[in-house]
Amino acid sequence: MSAGNALRRRLASAALFILFVLLGLFAVSPIVTLIVASFKPAQEIMRYGLNLRLDWELLSLKNYAYLFSDQSLYLTWYGNSLLITAVFTVLCLFFSSMVGYALAVYRFRFRNALFALVLVTMMIPLEIIILPLYKLSISLKLINNMWGVILPFMVAPLPIFFFRQYASGLPKDYLDAARVDGCTEFGIFFRIMVPLMAPAFSSMLILQSLFSWNNFLWPLIVLRTNEQLTIPIGLATLLTPYGNNYDMLISGAVLAIVPILIVFLFFQRYFIEGMTAGGIKG
Amino acid sequence: MAQPVPSTPRQAAVGLARLRRLAYSQSVAPWLFVLPFILSFAVFFAWPVLSAVNMSFQEVLPGQVRYIGLENYRDLWNPTFRKALLNSTEYTIWTLIILIPLPLVLAVFLNSKLMAWRNFFRSTLFVPALVSVVVAGTVFRLAFGELEGSLMNTIITAFGFEPQKWLRHEGLAMFTLVLLATWRWTGINILYFLAGLQNIPRELYESAEIDGASAWDRFIRITLPLLKPITIYVLTISIYGGYAMFTESYMLWAGNRSPNDIGLTIVGYLYRNGIEQNNLGLGSAVGIVLLIITFTATMIQLKLTGMFRRED
Repeated sequence: MSAGNALRRRLASAALFILFVLLGLFAVSPIVTLIVASFKPAQEIMRYGLNLRLDWELLSLKNYAYLFSDQSLYLTWYGNSLLITAVFTVLCLFFSSMVGYALAVYRFRFRNALFALVLVTMMIPLEIIILPLYKLSISLKLINNMWGVILPFMVAPLPIFFFRQYASGLPKDYLDAARVDGCTEFGIFFRIMVPLMAPAFSSMLILQSLFSWNNFLWPLIVLRTNEQLTIPIGLATLLTPYGNNYDMLISGAVLAIVPILIVFLFFQRYFIEGMTAGGIKG
Repeated sequence: MAQPVPSTPRQAAVGLARLRRLAYSQSVAPWLFVLPFILSFAVFFAWPVLSAVNMSFQEVLPGQVRYIGLENYRDLWNPTFRKALLNSTEYTIWTLIILIPLPLVLAVFLNSKLMAWRNFFRSTLFVPALVSVVVAGTVFRLAFGELEGSLMNTIITAFGFEPQKWLRHEGLAMFTLVLLATWRWTGINILYFLAGLQNIPRELYESAEIDGASAWDRFIRITLPLLKPITIYVLTISIYGGYAMFTESYMLWAGNRSPNDIGLTIVGYLYRNGIEQNNLGLGSAVGIVLLIITFTATMIQLKLTGMFRRED
């Protein structure tokens, strides 16, 4: 290769690098701005808006202190979010892994029809059914109750689809060997398949808990009183056309995303696999 | 009184044996495994869908429900809903124009041998996807505030422009919504395209290079055609996401109330009528219109990917 060619490659490489540094700044700057603002007094934000202006003397932990004080419900919301996310994710993984496994491994009547139903559920935006679901939740007494948030979306089509795809790719010899050894069908699932599907569980664990943690529209409809709200709904109530509760809003938003960012640092691979799960072709 | 519990030891033994057979049965087990899905599908999906169709032909008032034929659909032909339909469509089109070509090209760059720190950039661009729309909406609402000192106004005044009231003007409001979508989705779409790129056999590029094809030729003749399936997938989810958009607008205008409805979307209109004004009939009709739109998009996708032809 000529020297000119090598130079051109290095230039192209440098140009690409600069482009991606700029894009990276675009990606993280709103988050950095938010974190900086969470240490500023609310009046500062009311006067100047959200920006990167830094006046070291003004920065303090006051907003965070307020979040943890008796005057704010933030900790209650945090607890609600943690509880709903944990219960939802555990139940969702439990049920959808069973369904996905059965659709992948057993041959039974209507198997394909059931799988088609899973796909149909995946293809229809849930916004369409929120009104009937709202009516149904009222009659089932699920309004303003964490089960109302959890139950309707617990057996979720996307994880079912993902687990089915994953289980289809696993060797079936183990299963027959276990049957010969006298294992029950449930035993086979829990003792053999669940450990084999561990990577699929990790991806779905992350996807579903992130979904639940950030979920907005349905909890907004189900949860009614201030004490029952989750973080996203609680934060949204702080933002009103008549004035915003900046001190709580911004520091509350920071505390809502920081745990996710930390988990992401350590388990990037599972985030990426989980969040692109829908794109995996069967 | 009925006696369902086995009382004699013999009956108990028979019951146990039956249970044991069940536990080992390969024909019963799959049904027990899929039972949660069947129940959940029936109660929380099929019933609500049918109920939405039904309610869209009804006037639903507390304590009394009557059929009014197509009146809800006729009522939908009003300026506010047309505005919502137009906003959602415009938003969807913009996200398609930006969020398909841009991530595709960026994915090709990230996949190239010339790229340093590939994984670092991939992760960095992915970070916005972790942030909830509520938090992202809060940041954008404040950064696009009308105050002179807000982030966006500081940036544009540095380039010599006048400060703007971003969330009060039709065009600027759409710009803000689309920018928010671009910020949140670019990283994820890059991942989809990267997955697609990794499925393209290296040899294709190598033999093309030997035949003297330029980088541009290789992109047009190999990369683009082979990315078609994943592109169609991204197209479909973008159409869905675009038409179902609600939270972004809810957050930017603090609760679904934008001036002159410049930020009103289809789901926003559904929420306003169905939940805020408790008009479940009209709200359901909105839902059915959204269903028709997304169903059409899916059918077009299936047709394009040739799913109707394959049989397995």
